[in-house]
Amino acid sequence: MAEIFPDEETMYEDCIEGGAHWSLLMRRGTILRLTDIEGGANVGMLFYNPLDKLERYNAPDTLKCQHTFKLTRGHCLYSDMGRIFCSIVEDSLGWHDSVGGNLSEKTLAKKYRVTSYQEARNERTLSGEHGFAVELAKYGLGVRDLAANVNWFSKVATDQAGNMRFVREHSPAGATVALRFEMDTLVVLHTCPHPMNPATPYPSRPVAYQIRKAPPLRDDDPCMNFRPENKRGFQNNAIYHLTGGYRDY
Amino acid sequence: MIIDSRRQAEHARCRRIVAAGDYYMEPLERGCTLRILDIEGNQAADTLFFSLADPAERYSAMDTIREQGNIYLSAGTTLVSNRGNAMLDIVADTCGRHDTLGGACASESNTVRYALEKKCMHACRDNWMLAVSRREEYGLTKRDITHNINFFMNVPVTPEGGLSFEDGISGAGKYVELTACMDVIVLISNCPQLNNPCNGYNPTPIEILIWDE
Repeated sequence: MAEIFPDEETMYEDCIEGGAHWSLLMRRGTILRLTDIEGGANVGMLFYNPLDKLERYNAPDTLKCQHTFKLTRGHCLYSDMGRIFCSIVEDSLGWHDSVGGNLSEKTLAKKYRVTSYQEARNERTLSGEHGFAVELAKYGLGVRDLAANVNWFSKVATDQAGNMRFVREHSPAGATVALRFEMDTLVVLHTCPHPMNPATPYPSRPVAYQIRKAPPLRDDDPCMNFRPENKRGFQNNAIYHLTGGYRDY
Repeated sequence: MIIDSRRQAEHARCRRIVAAGDYYMEPLERGCTLRILDIEGNQAADTLFFSLADPAERYSAMDTIREQGNIYLSAGTTLVSNRGNAMLDIVADTCGRHDTLGGACASESNTVRYALEKKCMHACRDNWMLAVSRREEYGLTKRDITHNINFFMNVPVTPEGGLSFEDGISGAGKYVELTACMDVIVLISNCPQLNNPCNGYNPTPIEILIWDE
């Protein structure tokens, strides 16, 4: 499935099967576009600054800076240093989760029949905790570096009393979300189930991803103008890049 | 849920006033109970917990709310660690609801939320950076500082997915009490934020009280 330059705007595309993990470096001015191929996918994702990996995705800052509980088009994903890793430039769903957390080994064992590699080879059941641990270790990071992750394609809603509810069948086949990177970012991801997904057996859903070149940023950019906070976030990125030698995209 | 405590302040083993903008970092042994008292009202206490035996085990906001199925903390909530273990139980609460989604203020996030010119104003994250630098014996660094509890803070979430910082629902003399299920390190920043209603635009002291049982 992996293809380099499959069409004019796409530089690369590939697929990650369900219950797997991967990581990649996204450069400023490129887009990572995810597609839920069969429906019901979940992509756990974390973001780090490759130049200073102590700078990382901060879900509380992201939510409070934009007065939102959900993530959708227009929202920016903030680091703990007041900068924007990426902006959501396209979203067919309207709601992605960043509060449900990650599937732990303990919860995996409670909910599913756990299969070993010896038994199931690459169809074994992996936890998100396992996936992040492996990917983070590749960059010298450990479980202490975990923070609240994004769960693309998953929806956790609340009622007036604050009770949380996982919304089943939220993401249909073909659902897409696209992230435009506003600074160089280490992206760590897995396709393991959302920890609140009640589906059994272990739901294994593949996800396609494309890497595209972003068109030039315009003054009327919907993400930058989504809220006054985002304008200031983009200003912080601009200050950060003053000494970085990057061209504007 | 509002639950009053029967513990008497005069029987507390320890009482300490934490001024606005200061931090508190001390161990709390298993079985002991900690009260955080909002002396003058509308004061946010940004709080983190770590296992004393292995500080890599720490309070996890996301595991806590998911395990109880509710985003607000109150009496009856068990604070869960990143390893899925019970760290502390909230045993009394006269405020009724506390936030754990809003995170702490930081100089850098203040630039985004308010103005780039506010970057040098004091913030909770600076308190934590100072605490982990000064108290090296605990072996904590910035990587261990994650998503905290905002005791006494009101951050309502709507069914449509909105989230806002509202005027505090706390008042003078309100408190929350927690009993430790394991030996923990308590790290509190008494919030210095001047730019939003979480402290009523007027940060004030809190008091920490500890009972052995």
